[in-house]
Amino acid sequence: MTLLAHPTPLRFAARDHAAVTGRNLRRMLRSPDALLMGLALPVLLLVLFVYVFGGAIDTGTDYLNYVVPGIVLLSASFGAAQTAVAVASDMHRGIVDRFRSMPIARSAVLTAHVVASLVRNLASTVVVFVVAALMGFRPDAHLVEWVAATGVIALFVLAVSAVSAALGMLAGNDEAASGFTFLLLFLPYVSSAFVPPETMPGWLRGFAEHQPVTPVIETVRGLLTGTGIGSSAIVAIGWCAAFTAIGHVAATALFRQRTAR
Amino acid sequence: MTRPVPAIDVRGLRKSFGPTTVLDGVDLRVDTGSVFALLGANGAGKSTTVRILTTLLRPDAGTVTVAGLPLPARAHAVRENIALTGQYAAIDDALTGTENLRLAARLAHLPSAAIPGRVRDLIERFDLAHVADRRAGTYSGGTMRRLDIAMSLVASPQVLFLDEPTTGLDPRSRLVMWEAIRELADDGVTIFLTTQYLEEADRLADRIAVLDGGRIVAEGTPDELKSLVRGGYLELRFATDADLTRAASVLDGEIDRAALTLQVHTDGDLPHVATLLERLAAEAVPVEKFGLHSPTLDDVFLTLTGSTDETKVVR
Repeated sequence: MTLLAHPTPLRFAARDHAAVTGRNLRRMLRSPDALLMGLALPVLLLVLFVYVFGGAIDTGTDYLNYVVPGIVLLSASFGAAQTAVAVASDMHRGIVDRFRSMPIARSAVLTAHVVASLVRNLASTVVVFVVAALMGFRPDAHLVEWVAATGVIALFVLAVSAVSAALGMLAGNDEAASGFTFLLLFLPYVSSAFVPPETMPGWLRGFAEHQPVTPVIETVRGLLTGTGIGSSAIVAIGWCAAFTAIGHVAATALFRQRTAR
Repeated sequence: MTRPVPAIDVRGLRKSFGPTTVLDGVDLRVDTGSVFALLGANGAGKSTTVRILTTLLRPDAGTVTVAGLPLPARAHAVRENIALTGQYAAIDDALTGTENLRLAARLAHLPSAAIPGRVRDLIERFDLAHVADRRAGTYSGGTMRRLDIAMSLVASPQVLFLDEPTTGLDPRSRLVMWEAIRELADDGVTIFLTTQYLEEADRLADRIAVLDGGRIVAEGTPDELKSLVRGGYLELRFATDADLTRAASVLDGEIDRAALTLQVHTDGDLPHVATLLERLAAEAVPVEKFGLHSPTLDDVFLTLTGSTDETKVVR
C-alpha cells in the first residue's frame, strides 16, 4: 500500500516489507487456528463437497473436476479474511506504534499483511490441488494455463485480502474483524462454485451469475479443465482490480485516521 | 554562557482532539544527556506529548524540535534518532525474544552482519538469556518491559522516550527498571520519561515538569520543586478528641478533628522534635502514634494542581 508517502530509500523499503512480512508469516505459523484454517479446512471442504454433497449434485460433468476451483477460492476467501483479524489485532497493540516510530517505510505495516496473506493462501491452494489430485482430480491444463490460473487465484486473494485489511482496520477488535468478513465468506456459496447457477431460482440466479466470484471461478475452471471462459477472464480481472483498489484506498485512509489519535 | 543544544525543544505546543483540548500551550526544554520526567495524572496529556515528540501525532500548533530536527517536517530523520517504549508493550507476543530483537534490528536498518552480535549484546545486557528462545507472550510484565526497552535500543538512539515505563509493574520489577534507566542515563542517552509516580520522577530525573490540564504548571530540579512547598512537619495522632484538644493547647499546629491528628511544623531537626515531644510528655497527653514528614513531591503535586486524585499519590 504505497499511498502513504515514505522518503525511505528503495532498498530499505524492500527490506522493511520483507521483515514485517516475515514477522506476519511467523505469527500465522504459530497460531493454531490460522494453521487449521489454512491447511485442514480446505481439505475438509473438499471431502465434504465431493463425498457428502457431490453424489447428489448433477453438474453434467465429473463433480470433482467441477468443484475443485470453487474449493480453492472458498479456502482462499477463508484464509484471506483472516487478514482482517491480523490487522485488527495489530492496531490495538503497541507494536504498530513501534513500527511507526521507526525509520521504516510507512506502507510496510499494511502491505506486509496482504503479502503474507498471499503467500499463505497460495500455499493452502497447493494443498487443495495435491489432495484433489490424490482424490482423482485430473486437470487438462498445460503449463501456461496453470500459470494463468495461479495468477487469477493470486489476484482474487489480493482483492479479498485488501478488502479484509480495510475491514480489520474498521473493526474495533479481533471478534468484530472476524464478524465483518462474514459477507466475504458467503459470496462463494452463491456463485457457480458448487452448483451451476441455472439450477437456482431466477432472482438468485441473476445475483449468482453477476457477482464477482462467479467469473473468477469460471476463469479458473476453464483454464484447468477446459470449460468455456468467454468474457469471464476480463470480468474477473476487472472485479479483482476494483476490489484491490477499493480495499487499498480504504485501508490506507483508515490507517491514517486510526493513527491520528 | 550558552547552554548546549537541547535534545528536545518545545514551544507553544497545542493539540486538540475534536472539541477536547489536550495540550494547551506546552513549553519544554530537555538538555542533551539528561533525564527528564514529565509528571502528571491520567489524562493530563503526557501520552499525547510523547506521541507528538515521537512523530506518531502531528501538533496543531507550536514549534517542536527533537534531536535538533523540526517536527513534523523532518519526521523521518527524527525517527532515525529516537526510540519509543510505549505504555503498552510494543513487542510481538508470538515471536521469541530473540526474534523480536532481530525484527527491530532489521527495521532499524542495521547492517545484516551486525545484527546477531547486537542482538546477543542486548539479550545479555537486559538479562533476557534464560527467556530469549521463548515466545514473548509468555513473559512476565517486567521481562516484557525489559525486552521492550532492549528493542528500543537496537539502533543506539540519541533520545529514548519512555511512556510510563513502570506502570503496572510489581515493586521489584520497578526497581529493576529504574536501575536499567539509570544505566542508560550513565551511557549518555537523553531520556524523556512520563510517569504518574512522584517517587519515580524524584529518583530518576535531573529535571521534572509537572503537566496539568494541558499546561506545564511547574518545572525544575526535584529539589527546586520540593522547595515550592512548606517544610516538614511532625504528625501526632490521638485516641480521643479530648487528648487532641489538650495537645493543641500545648503545641501550635494544624488540627484535623476527623482524623484526630495535629500537624506541627518542624524542620526535622532532632533537638526541635525532641522538645516538641517533651512538652507533650510534660502535660501527660497520651499520643497514639506520631511520625515525621519531610516534604515530598506528593506535596508539590497537590500544592500545584490542587487535586487530591489518589492515583497521583502512589508510593
